[in-house]
Amino acid sequence: MARLKLEGLKKTYAGDVQAVKGIDLDVADGEFVVLVGPSGCGKSTLLRMVAGLESITEGELTIGERKVNDLEPAQRDIAMVFQNYALYPHMTVYDNLAYGLKNRGFKRDEIERRVREAARMLEIEEFLPRKPRQLSGGQRQRVAMGRALVREPEVFLFDEPLSNLDAKLRVQMRVEIKQLQRRLKTTSLYVTHDQLEAMTLGDRLVVLNGGRIEQVGTPMEIYARPASIFVATFIGSPAMNLIPVAYLKERGNGLLDDLPPDTDLVGIRPDDLRIQPPDAPHLVVESTLELFEAAGAESHLYVRLAGSDQPSVIRTAGQSPVAEGETLRFHVVREALHPFNSASGKRTV
Amino acid sequence: MVEHRPLGNALTHLILILGVALVLFPVYVAIVASTQGPGEFLRGTLPLLPGGHALDNYRLMWESGLSRSSAPPAGQMLWNSLIMALAITIGKLTISLLSAFAIVYFRFPFRLFFFWLIFITLMLPVEVRIIPTFRVVADLGMLNSFAGLSIPLIASATATFLFRQFFMTVPEEMLEAARVDGAGPFKFFKDILLPLSITNIAALFVIMFIYGWNQYLWPLLITTDPDYYTIVMGIQSMTADEGNTPWHLVMAAVVMAALPPVLVILCMQRLFVKGLTETEK
Ligand SMILES: Nc1ncnc2c1ncn2[C@@H]1O[C@H](COP(=O)(O)OP(=O)(O)OP(=O)(O)O)[C@@H](O)[C@H]1O
Ligand SMILES: [Mg+2]
Repeated sequence: MARLKLEGLKKTYAGDVQAVKGIDLDVADGEFVVLVGPSGCGKSTLLRMVAGLESITEGELTIGERKVNDLEPAQRDIAMVFQNYALYPHMTVYDNLAYGLKNRGFKRDEIERRVREAARMLEIEEFLPRKPRQLSGGQRQRVAMGRALVREPEVFLFDEPLSNLDAKLRVQMRVEIKQLQRRLKTTSLYVTHDQLEAMTLGDRLVVLNGGRIEQVGTPMEIYARPASIFVATFIGSPAMNLIPVAYLKERGNGLLDDLPPDTDLVGIRPDDLRIQPPDAPHLVVESTLELFEAAGAESHLYVRLAGSDQPSVIRTAGQSPVAEGETLRFHVVREALHPFNSASGKRTV
Repeated sequence: MVEHRPLGNALTHLILILGVALVLFPVYVAIVASTQGPGEFLRGTLPLLPGGHALDNYRLMWESGLSRSSAPPAGQMLWNSLIMALAITIGKLTISLLSAFAIVYFRFPFRLFFFWLIFITLMLPVEVRIIPTFRVVADLGMLNSFAGLSIPLIASATATFLFRQFFMTVPEEMLEAARVDGAGPFKFFKDILLPLSITNIAALFVIMFIYGWNQYLWPLLITTDPDYYTIVMGIQSMTADEGNTPWHLVMAAVVMAALPPVLVILCMQRLFVKGLTETEK
């Protein structure tokens, strides 16, 4: 277990491709940090720089007390779980788990003890004599985890480890990974582009965009107070609605007068567009229902605001009160508004 | 097969059997011929039923050979061929595995240039470069030696190229996982890449072995000492005496010469089948 510190990390690939443009991040001992961002934002690159699989162009990387910039992956005391698992196909599960320990010169009985222990934790004991191809995707995933576990490293690195699993298994493994990390208290860095994994897994969430950090915080902090339009629309599903302030002010609502003067856009989460009028002071907006989508526990109403082309989504439980094509009136309380400035892309308060 | 039409089945089988018969008939004739006595061939017809001299013929060839053709006993020549073929095969495999490994996994200056250089040598088989190669071998004093027989044939662009293509299909994450697991380049090569290539190695082993075994021109050129004659060139020298060739004995040598490649194929077949089922299951 160790603290992981990234200071001004930069990665420039040949041809002046800047994949990572200066990342500062301090991961506390035992903390579980999730990196999330759109495809191509540099998540994998950053993780691989920490692993030592990609050289660091600039900046400093510290694991524990050691500066590890120039160390080989094996010397950094990290373990990594790959997206496609990268198990050795010709070795049994046992040998897959044992290989890293053998290379480090562990005694045979110590290897045996650790492999059995990890296999027990992951419930893959019965698969130890099998080859990877004789396992299902989920079982392979566990073996990949086991290979990281037996090493008892300072830091776990995960690169979208669940993305090849089906939805149900993904939920199950997500819970297990979280429990395992709680139990082992190993510092972990986890890359994903899955909303739910991002929100549920980590102690802290790092939202990356274009090789830079957009926002760092606990998942709830980020959900409740997105620092930029990018984060606001990236975290949460369906995405947050963005409505020009001018449009709302036109509707003659004094409620918006206390917004900072540079606010020209407000974000409203789909759940905060209420069909029932709340007791608190609120805005009333008229719209046309374009599409109703029932998704089981919740429904999505795709509307177009009256007198504008602005599309929005409302999330509600239950049925739509009106038919498609008819007028729908919804309500928003003041607290639900996230004020942004569209030029800077930042939150204004 | 999806369809099960009896007539179609019978027809396909007939064609297959004809094909096999066409291929096997000469082999059969050779085997039968090797069992005849000295007089049989003089009658001008090809005997189609085995004669009773098999043991005599084979023993004679194995132990003393044809004294008239200056060739040593077939046993000795088979042994020479075996050493040459194995040296060529193992040498080719080792060198091509290592060079493919270097080309795929190491970044060194002019990597692509070297790759193309190797690739271009595909166009230069022994027969094309035989005169200069002979000069080099002669100047190095390797005439009449196993080194001279095998070393000039060892470089293999084909195998290097095939291994390169194979290595490029091994996912990069395999290398990365091995690096995280503390395996250096050679450990990775030995523990991961070699076992993964085993099917390819077995297939190439067969091809290379037969290539080495069937070398004719090169051994003919560089061996003058009968101690280094190989079986394939030996057989040729036995038939040099036109009109007087003891075909029954030559055929015995031919049958013996054909056996080692067959054995190699049979042994390696196990390996491919194992390799194939292992990767597919
Ligand atoms: N070897 C490379 N050479 C040049 N550019 C690269 C290289 N690897 C990645 N990049 C670029 O760096 C950027 C970040 O890539 P990275 O793989 O880190 O994205 P990611 O956030 O992991 O995306 P995804 O979610 O799709 O996996 C991309 O724009 C990519 O094109
Ligand atoms: Mg990625």
